Amino acid sequence: MKIHEFQAKQILRKAQVAVPRSLVAATPEEAHAAFLELGGPLAVVKAQIHAGGRGKGHVAGHPDHRGVQLVRSADQAAAVARQLLNQPLVTIQTGPEGRVVRRVLVEEGCDIARELYLGIVLDRAAAKPVVMASSQGGMEIEKVAAETPDLIFREHFDPRVGLLSYQVRNLCQQLELSGASVRSAEAFMKALCRAFVDLDGTLLEINPLVVTSKGDLLALDAKMSFDDNALFRHPQLTELRDLEEEEPTEIRASKAGLSYVKLDGNIACLVNGAGLAMSTMDLIKLHGGEPANFLDVGGGADVDQVTEAFRILLSDSNVRAVLVNIFGGIMRCTTIATALVQAYKTVGFNVPLVVRLEGTEVEQGRKIIAESGVNIISAEGLTDAAKKVVAVAG
Amino acid sequence: MSILVDRNTRVICQGITGKAGAFHTRGCLEYGTQMVAGVTPGKGGESMEGVPVFDTVREAVQKTGANATMIFVPAPYTADAILEALAAEIGVIIAITEGVPALDMVYVYEQVRRSSSVLIGPNCPGIITPGQCKIGIMPGYIHRPGPVGVISRSGTLTYEAVWQLTNLGLGQSTCVGLGGDPIVGTSFVDLLRRFQDDPATEAILMMGEIGGTAEEEAAAFVKANVTKPVAAFIAGRTAPPGKRMGHAGAIISGGKGTASEKIAALESAGIVVAESPADMGAAVQRAMHARK
Repeated sequence: MKIHEFQAKQILRKAQVAVPRSLVAATPEEAHAAFLELGGPLAVVKAQIHAGGRGKGHVAGHPDHRGVQLVRSADQAAAVARQLLNQPLVTIQTGPEGRVVRRVLVEEGCDIARELYLGIVLDRAAAKPVVMASSQGGMEIEKVAAETPDLIFREHFDPRVGLLSYQVRNLCQQLELSGASVRSAEAFMKALCRAFVDLDGTLLEINPLVVTSKGDLLALDAKMSFDDNALFRHPQLTELRDLEEEEPTEIRASKAGLSYVKLDGNIACLVNGAGLAMSTMDLIKLHGGEPANFLDVGGGADVDQVTEAFRILLSDSNVRAVLVNIFGGIMRCTTIATALVQAYKTVGFNVPLVVRLEGTEVEQGRKIIAESGVNIISAEGLTDAAKKVVAVAG
Repeated sequence: MSILVDRNTRVICQGITGKAGAFHTRGCLEYGTQMVAGVTPGKGGESMEGVPVFDTVREAVQKTGANATMIFVPAPYTADAILEALAAEIGVIIAITEGVPALDMVYVYEQVRRSSSVLIGPNCPGIITPGQCKIGIMPGYIHRPGPVGVISRSGTLTYEAVWQLTNLGLGQSTCVGLGGDPIVGTSFVDLLRRFQDDPATEAILMMGEIGGTAEEEAAAFVKANVTKPVAAFIAGRTAPPGKRMGHAGAIISGGKGTASEKIAALESAGIVVAESPADMGAAVQRAMHARK
């Protein structure tokens, strides 16, 4: 689960991580008041969307209405807020249609001596969280990693112990921080690691991490996302979810406990298991079709959940055909078959359905479909299924 | 021969009285697996399909001599269940449960590495040595005994591959699903080593997916250490970057973990890579043929 910058900064402030003072505004008037409250002489107005590249991004059709702007008066803060609010902001991560800005963050300006990068992720290969730091702040870390990999410094840490003092000193030496900055870094980095662990983070990125002229460290930007599997122990985080930032069909799917990702093609697929679902997409493409989605109904879904899956697929107006590819394990073919019949009876099928069933309770599943009289195209094996569905999708 | 489990393996099920635990314990019993006990705290003394239920893993091991476990307990308690099995010195721990928090696995992984036990999963279909022992949720009938070792990060994709092998007349020595989470107990490399050492395994099929670097590590290991023919398939060639494809681990982030990088690494290690998921069985045939 992703959250906005302003939410991440609220969390970090509570966790004793140094962040600049800031206020959220949903109207130009609020932005005006925020500037006065912060007291000037300058502030930064930042569009709040779940996508990176906001500083270089701009409102669609207005190249000079940038997503992050420096302002020197309350009136100017209001004017920038007016440019951004309720407008689609286009960045390298949003696609050409952009993402509508519903809030801006008004933040006090700070004097910047240096800009660094600090990130925490789970390193799968080491099976431990890792702090990554770089002196190339403000740049995309992927670019730094690709071009100058030796400028990224890493320290793995044990989540139960947190980052240790010597690890902070190692990083400081590599980042060329000294004196007061080392003390500031110790508090900053340790608190950041604690916040990552305490909230089951999957990513915590501070880019840029600013060193002020006094030598203090300050999180100028903050990006945070959380482990969906651990949300049960952080009920307060689910309130931070911004449904307006998500695809409506994906929200509907997640409510039904389904794993669904909308894509641009016209062949819908309903599959059990993530690996087989990905492979089914690959297969459709290999035979000249375009998948309309990734959908894994999982193993534990019941008839109602699978019926909802059919409804979600059929609600996509781009869809010209549906491929059902089930290899039953935990999922029983009878569950899929019963749901298929139920979906047919309640919503009807306005596009052809190609069905490939194999695995647990396959014979009974095939029987349920045959006896229901629902008109389907049955397929034997993957290639047969792919050829048939690409043909009927036209 | 086989790896990790065979007809002598004595298996318990942690979470045997839950819906999934009960259903799949029945499935394993029908397949012929020696299901010797179940564990559900508070339900000790009961029985399920004639299988005695105990309150603790320690007691189940003491009374039945179990040496493997199949874990179905809910995700918030899975880490504890794995550590309980580890403390009772169970040699083969299979965690089927999906949805385990990633940071829970950091500690569990470290403890498993320090022990002599093997953890498969979590979020995996389990392990099967056809005709001898099935621990997990895979449909038994698709397998048949034979020379191909199968390793995968995904459940249903493994069934697909096994079904293709069986239909081509190629049986399997042992099939293992590693699990789709960012941190799982066993890697491709661990199992490639075991299959290389297993005299009954003549060829290996591995199925990976986008995300992480496990396939690249496997490719490097094969190049240096595996003399048997290896075939592979990578799922997710068409997956867009930044979107999580179901598995917590299956995501292309920062341009890393793409299918094409993995395929290139595998091919440079002399592995036959199937282009289509319909071609996995045939890729094994090609790999075996090329060595003859």
